[in-house]
Amino acid sequence: MEQQPILSVKDLKQHFRINRKFTVKAVDGISFDIMPGETYGLVGESGSGKSTTGRSIIRLYKPTSGSIVFNGTEIGGKMSQKAIKELRTNMQMIFQDPMACLNPRKKVLDIIAEGLDIHKAYSSVEERNEKVYQMLELVGLSREHASRYPHQFSGGQRQRIGIARALIMNPDLIIADEAISALDVSIQAQVVNLMKKIQKETNIAYLFIAHDLSMVKYISDRIGVLHLGHLVETGTAEEIFTNPLHPYTKSLLSAIPHPNPKVEKTRTSLTYNYEESGLDYNAGTQHKITDTHYVLATEEEFKSFIEHQHDAI
Amino acid sequence: MDKFEFLPDDFEFVGEKQDITKDVVAPAKPFWKDALGRFFKNKGSVIGLVIIAIYVILAIIVPIISQWNYAEINTSLSNISPNGTHIFGTDNYGRDIFVRLWRGTRVSLFIAVVAVVIDVFVGVTYGMISGYFGGKVDNILQRFQEIVNSIPTLVVLTLLLTVMKPSLTTIIIALAFTEWIPMSRITRAQVLKIKEDEFVLASRTLGASSFFIIFKEILPNIVNQLIIMCMMTIPNAIFYEAYLSFVGLGLPIPEASLGTLVNDGSKFFLVYAYQMIIPSIALALLMLSFNLVADGLRDALDPTMKEM
Amino acid sequence: MEERERILKVRNLNISFKTDSGKVNAIRGVNLDLYKGETIAIVGESGSGKSVTTKAIMGILANNGTIDSGSIEYVWYDEYTGERQERDIVQLSEREMQKDIRGRKIAMVFQDPMTSLNPTMTIGKQIMEPMIYHYHRTKEEAYAKAVELLQLVGITDAEKRMKNYPHQLSGGMRQRIVIAIALSCDPYVLICDEPTTALDVTIQAKILELIQDIQKKKELSVIYITHDLGVVAKVADFVNVMYAGKIIETGTIDEIFYDPRHPYTWGLLSSMPDLDTDDDELYTIPGTPPNLAHEVKGDAFAPRNQYALNIDLREEPPMFDVPGSNSHKVASWLMHEKAPKVEMPESLKKRIEKMKKEGVK
Repeated sequence: MEQQPILSVKDLKQHFRINRKFTVKAVDGISFDIMPGETYGLVGESGSGKSTTGRSIIRLYKPTSGSIVFNGTEIGGKMSQKAIKELRTNMQMIFQDPMACLNPRKKVLDIIAEGLDIHKAYSSVEERNEKVYQMLELVGLSREHASRYPHQFSGGQRQRIGIARALIMNPDLIIADEAISALDVSIQAQVVNLMKKIQKETNIAYLFIAHDLSMVKYISDRIGVLHLGHLVETGTAEEIFTNPLHPYTKSLLSAIPHPNPKVEKTRTSLTYNYEESGLDYNAGTQHKITDTHYVLATEEEFKSFIEHQHDAI
Repeated sequence: MDKFEFLPDDFEFVGEKQDITKDVVAPAKPFWKDALGRFFKNKGSVIGLVIIAIYVILAIIVPIISQWNYAEINTSLSNISPNGTHIFGTDNYGRDIFVRLWRGTRVSLFIAVVAVVIDVFVGVTYGMISGYFGGKVDNILQRFQEIVNSIPTLVVLTLLLTVMKPSLTTIIIALAFTEWIPMSRITRAQVLKIKEDEFVLASRTLGASSFFIIFKEILPNIVNQLIIMCMMTIPNAIFYEAYLSFVGLGLPIPEASLGTLVNDGSKFFLVYAYQMIIPSIALALLMLSFNLVADGLRDALDPTMKEM
Repeated sequence: MEERERILKVRNLNISFKTDSGKVNAIRGVNLDLYKGETIAIVGESGSGKSVTTKAIMGILANNGTIDSGSIEYVWYDEYTGERQERDIVQLSEREMQKDIRGRKIAMVFQDPMTSLNPTMTIGKQIMEPMIYHYHRTKEEAYAKAVELLQLVGITDAEKRMKNYPHQLSGGMRQRIVIAIALSCDPYVLICDEPTTALDVTIQAKILELIQDIQKKKELSVIYITHDLGVVAKVADFVNVMYAGKIIETGTIDEIFYDPRHPYTWGLLSSMPDLDTDDDELYTIPGTPPNLAHEVKGDAFAPRNQYALNIDLREEPPMFDVPGSNSHKVASWLMHEKAPKVEMPESLKKRIEKMKKEGVK
């Protein structure tokens, strides 16, 4: 029995017109699927388009073109009321900046219950509050915290409140847009553990957008590598890390710092410059290596990648 | 090591006695308490507040309880310097200046209230809509605002005076024409600042309507700046009326306002200086007090206090 | 045997800040040593006090901060006479700091290259400015030196770049320019406050390698402030781990990474997944750092420490020497002879074993 993907993105393009002469092509034709209960890691550096992808999928921007099918409903173009409701209740987002993601003037109780309030998803105030308390306990905080204000919490705690706000809607997919990048290392671990625990209990899917490769490898089932708005390689975490084909992926992996002085002091990273590489992302198509492993290349480029695939990283 | 006194169970694990997984959160500290505290610590703002309070009280009481009527002409009493019976003296027509001053203050305070109302209902709403929706809406609203703003107020007033008689209503209409513009600009700027903040984006992803977002998410976060700005526009509005009255476009005789008093007094400045000096000081002091309160509010409500 | 020369000696530094919530004791008795030509790293998380320490060394503490006690002794050789000078920076006036020390002998590289550079000044002017101010060089001399510096930091087309404005350059290039500015007066000490956190990972390594390169050429001593253990592993000779305003463990890089003794250090090392971690859960330190506006009784880390001893709740642990080393020190009661023997968590032990083997090619 084949599972239907919970999210299916096909040829998504997000362009921003700055003025008559200049358009920023933040996302320029990417396609990928996410299966229910899976974590898909979207990795890239600044300017790769990863945050834009997340925001386009959740319709904070209006996609320039392409199809986004979520739970069987098309949400990429003009949306029907039903599609909007589907989107706004079953897909949620957690944001990067713990200082800015919560309304400083609202109590934590109201912040977490916001989704319920908007969609009138409760029959009594007690029911509403009770749901909030459950969420607080789920994310490792307690009931008393509901009457406090965001500024009284630390960064990690605020991020957990953001998670509670997303979870209370019982979504099928959560997009984590650099959700841990702004946190201290030991707090990152706390939040990641929490996300994994929740996934085990609720079979929720994550689109995990990040630039920290070690964390992405740890949490993701499959990974997509973005560069300059194109998905240059995608595969399982294992495939990407042990058998990367695209030179950009290779350079990214070689740049990961190891917390091991013996290795780190002698490591040098590969350089990769798109302009000088001779590759043309726009001319490439996705070439299959295994059922899960694909790389963006033209025919020639692909041959070259295969030849060099076992070169040292 | 010698300076330490060891107890017998020192080197045993604390273990179960403490719960290391329990999260500690700082105790609640309501924002308003903090802000009020800061406001009252500021001597300038307290003085300003007290003075305004005195003005309000006197403006209400004096014209009611005083034996002198503000409009009654009695040439036998004209131009008396300040003394026991006439605290601020009398003017050319024998009218008690003390009564006229506080009667005039009523007008100034009334203008202050009207300015705030216009600021809030027109200025803030205009700015919020323009700022939040952006794009074409913003473009149209801003261009319209710029056109309105570039019409000189004196021209507006003169036009109004051709169809209406000089009165408080006329002044208020003239005021309303442009009073809301600075406020709407400030509001729009504040909205633009906050619009892309993540908690607003979060509301959008949760499906909130624009209305909900503007009034429940954005407004509470910018209301501090707006209050401060409001306070600051009051002296301008008061002075605007005074200025109009001074140039003779204001209230008709025998109405008194701080501006008309200064105007009347200026005619006799070289002979009876008190007639101009006293209302001028009164006007200046009132404006200063509002400015002090506005400064104090700004320091008290400053959003940098958001962090722990 | 070359004798190590100590340049910076921080002793018993105590710094507090006056805030609306009361007095915050941000630094509670810090001791640091920096030797010529060496690199030390100060590792800690937000609120540990690592940035405050270096700001105190530079004399750029915020207005509401005061150095309550302690000394920062700085040793240098006069540029003109070659005479050895020693001063306690804490005692210097603002003017003396401004004229002599800041920028000239001790320079700083900040985290965010976007905000470290003046957006309205050309690159050339920004590099030349400190030279003209401190050494009264002529414009021609300063210009020549600036071009040299740009080349030193790896910027091609140096002459062309002199006329550029910051917004015309990428983040990595901007950070190189920040480094060039820091080096323009030939300082002896370079303080880098999270210099690569705001940069892409592919640029990070290059910037760190650049600083190492320059360090060799100019015999610089460098202090890194960071929370990224990967950065520390690459650049540091010595590591100081800070928690709640105190240094809780210090030692050579090998000692800290391969033989950590403090439970907080164990927690830090464990909470980073490396490429082989496949545990179900990352080991993490529960809870959050303490609020330093409240008086700390005993060991500040005790409430989050699963290995806490009763004495940790009463008395703050002094620095214990680790037997067999004259550089490795730990501030934990677990080091006392009477304390029960505690080993680091199994998962961390395994990882360290693996890491030790990795380096051997």
